[in-house]
Amino acid sequence: MTDPIYKTDALIAQDIDAYLETHQHKTMLRFITCGSVDDGKSTLIGRLLYDSKMIFEDQLAALEADSKRVGTQGQEIDFALLVDGLAAEREQGITIDVAYRFFATEKRKFIVADTPGHEQYTRNMVTGASTADLAVILIDARKGVLTQTRRHSYLVNLLGIKNIVLAVNKMDLVGYDQKVFDQIVADYTTFAQSIGIERFTAMPISGFKGDNITAPSANTPWYTGPSLLPYLEEVEVDATTDQEKPFRLPVQWVNRPNLDFRGFAGMIASGAVRPGDEVRVLPSGKTSTVARIVALEGDRDVAVAGESVTITLADEIDCSRGQVIVAAKAPLEVADQFEASIVWMDEHEMVPGRAYWLKIGTQTVSASIAQPKYEVNVNTQEHLAAKTLDLNSIGVANITTDREIPFAPYAESRDLGGFILIDKMTNATVAAGIIHFSLRRASNIHWQATDITREHHASMKHQKPAVVWLTGLSGSGKSTIGNALEKKLARMNRHTFLLDGDNVRHGLNKDLGFTEADRVENVRRVGEVAKLMTDAGLIVITAFISPFRSERDMVRGMMQPGEFVEVFVDTPLSVAEERDVKGLYAKARSGQLKNFTGIDSPYEAPESPEIRIDTTALTADEAADAIIARLIP
Amino acid sequence: MSVKTLTHLQRLEAESIHILREVAAEAQKPVMLYSVGKDSAVMLHLAKKAFYPSPPPFPLLHVDTTWKFQDMYKLRDKAAADAGMELLVYQNPEAKEKGINPFDHGSLHTDMWKTEGLKQALDLYGFDAAFGGARRDEEKSRAKERVFSFRSANHRWDPKNQRPELWRLYNARKAKGESMRVFPISNWTELDIWQYIHLEGIEIVPLYFSAPRPTVVRDGLVLMVDDHRFPLKDGEEPVMRSIRFRTLGCYPLTGAVESEAKTLPEVIQEMLLTTTSERQGRAIDHDQAASMEKKKQEGYF
Repeated sequence: MTDPIYKTDALIAQDIDAYLETHQHKTMLRFITCGSVDDGKSTLIGRLLYDSKMIFEDQLAALEADSKRVGTQGQEIDFALLVDGLAAEREQGITIDVAYRFFATEKRKFIVADTPGHEQYTRNMVTGASTADLAVILIDARKGVLTQTRRHSYLVNLLGIKNIVLAVNKMDLVGYDQKVFDQIVADYTTFAQSIGIERFTAMPISGFKGDNITAPSANTPWYTGPSLLPYLEEVEVDATTDQEKPFRLPVQWVNRPNLDFRGFAGMIASGAVRPGDEVRVLPSGKTSTVARIVALEGDRDVAVAGESVTITLADEIDCSRGQVIVAAKAPLEVADQFEASIVWMDEHEMVPGRAYWLKIGTQTVSASIAQPKYEVNVNTQEHLAAKTLDLNSIGVANITTDREIPFAPYAESRDLGGFILIDKMTNATVAAGIIHFSLRRASNIHWQATDITREHHASMKHQKPAVVWLTGLSGSGKSTIGNALEKKLARMNRHTFLLDGDNVRHGLNKDLGFTEADRVENVRRVGEVAKLMTDAGLIVITAFISPFRSERDMVRGMMQPGEFVEVFVDTPLSVAEERDVKGLYAKARSGQLKNFTGIDSPYEAPESPEIRIDTTALTADEAADAIIARLIP
Repeated sequence: MSVKTLTHLQRLEAESIHILREVAAEAQKPVMLYSVGKDSAVMLHLAKKAFYPSPPPFPLLHVDTTWKFQDMYKLRDKAAADAGMELLVYQNPEAKEKGINPFDHGSLHTDMWKTEGLKQALDLYGFDAAFGGARRDEEKSRAKERVFSFRSANHRWDPKNQRPELWRLYNARKAKGESMRVFPISNWTELDIWQYIHLEGIEIVPLYFSAPRPTVVRDGLVLMVDDHRFPLKDGEEPVMRSIRFRTLGCYPLTGAVESEAKTLPEVIQEMLLTTTSERQGRAIDHDQAASMEKKKQEGYF
């Protein structure tokens, strides 16, 4: 049942110590298998597990019983059943997520990322490929290079996998015909070159029959290349080349057991480190030398890429989680604007301009994405115009972070160039991104320092600047309260300005509509204007529905601490609708007005506003008094 | 610059330490679930390495059923003390009051002591991240489990709504009341665990090694009579057999294997030559088809 080279019972039985010694020097290879539902992917993985003796007798008995009951191979063993996991999927006969499988031979331990082949494919495949050293792209010999093959190859290349195996499967079903194989390889070569894949290794196999899996098959005497498993055992892994690059250690955790010890813990992203090496901490730029590489079993002389270490520095310099310790002579680039490829992974489409959390290396910053430059059709690799990205789509866009971060282009470092985006409200991981390069704009546009400072502006007016941000449903009374408030403040000789939603849309924001993306941009611009006005020392009152928490929080983040006062004008929908001063609710109900807040577009009420006004209990004047009491204590 | 090829165990160790540190950095109040088995032993050892010279910055939690082997209780207390960590032991008071036991109550025993007990303990202390020693190779539904497994406020696991995990970037953000189960040794296999224990000289419960022990055979499982609570049937006499355990749980639910393997290399040798998978000795998996997946959705680890 198994090829002798993968059957080591003899050594295990005779000399277990020798066996253990051998196995302690094994290396590891992580790979991904890419194929569509019928390409025989699960069968191939099942076959690898079976041939490397990873299946126990009780599992085999269950497999044989299952094969007869629900298998698709008649009375023969259906290897695919070994890898199809969750109950719901087994009933549907498909896998729906990324599953990780393990097997080992004499030389290597293997981790296989198995991803399904249907509409969630892009998201799952990108996930599986992100940690893979190698990709096996399966082709059904009867069908040749298909749209799916192109899609899989595009994604593998996007995720930077350099080792590609083209496994032409089901050779048994085309009579092991060399012409079929050669034609597929020729077709694939043309395509691969067109998308920038430099090299790949093609093999004629049958996962079901076992041809060219562990040993050369007698059915393909014309094929003289390697069989799959021996190839996977021998192929060189990229990880070792990472050691030759400059030293980079993203600081993950600062270890402070007592006042005398300060260690910086993290996994080395590239290069090697030794005590005495000169290093620089980014983004601060401070330099020092490595004092010790500390470990439980005793200090170490050297540590390399891929190892989790704790180092100490000779000097007391500021360094915390998210910063990167690098070789002093080969620092990383630091920037706050990037061009990146983005793979959208969430049911809710991307909202350009909205702030998301961006996690890269060990740091998390706030970031916003511009409207995509283009979207890529993953099947044809064509560039398409796009306003946003939805689930499973891939595009290229500029990203701006709220502070400068050390990074490397993804092509140089997966650890310092790959990022995820997290929705600030739902905490879902909504996208994966790959940094291409930084945009020079960040370093070219400097903040112009002015001699008359914001403090100076404010002191001339004898007041503390603030933004009173009134949020609530249409018709809740924001403008009425805002107006009452401004009149009262004017009587108190305070310098104010009221920014009203309707008025701003007549000028500054007249190019914007009421889609989610336009509403985000509307609020962002108002936030920027309000910010400039606070620099001028004014008390700014704004009256905008501003339905999304994300954007209100974004504006809060733009202001000086304590200067943003969120006022929730709390009016039940039924009351606002009954008032319907502008007749908008009636229009929305009859379908004449789309994206109307409270009707067919959501309103996300503030969770902890500075002030909540219950308009069913207070008049506009009373509400204004309540705000003033808070504003001017 | 000299190139050093990392072995599979070095890469696995580095990945696990990275995961442990990431939780320490991002969670508000993490805890390590410690079940005293070999996987827990490896996880605890990795935690010591990850945070050295500090002790791991979280306590150990043992969700106890009162039905573990006596040897496990002994090692539990010693291991926590050796690591300089606080040990919390939790027993579901309702299960205690009702006298729930594996002999009379079948799967209710696991539900109440372990599944309910775990939820109660996490709620009681307000832990927002709990490390577990589960491995993906143990069982088919585990193969799809994330390293950071997100749980709703009532501890449910929704297999269709898990966050994608890319590169080494784990998203640990969550709303109040929600929590994460984190599995630092997800990518280890049983063989990796044994090799690492051997290489690092990690102390494990003696029950993993063969010795003559009092046993009875029930429903094809060789059970050890670990204390006086074992209800012997009429005419049933414990028989001394040379046995050991491949996996440890509640003693009345854990089947032993007859074995002469008295050292680690012998245990590994036997494991490699054996023909049944690790979980077969556990009654819990055989209850119903896809039983582990169902238990996980309900909040079992």
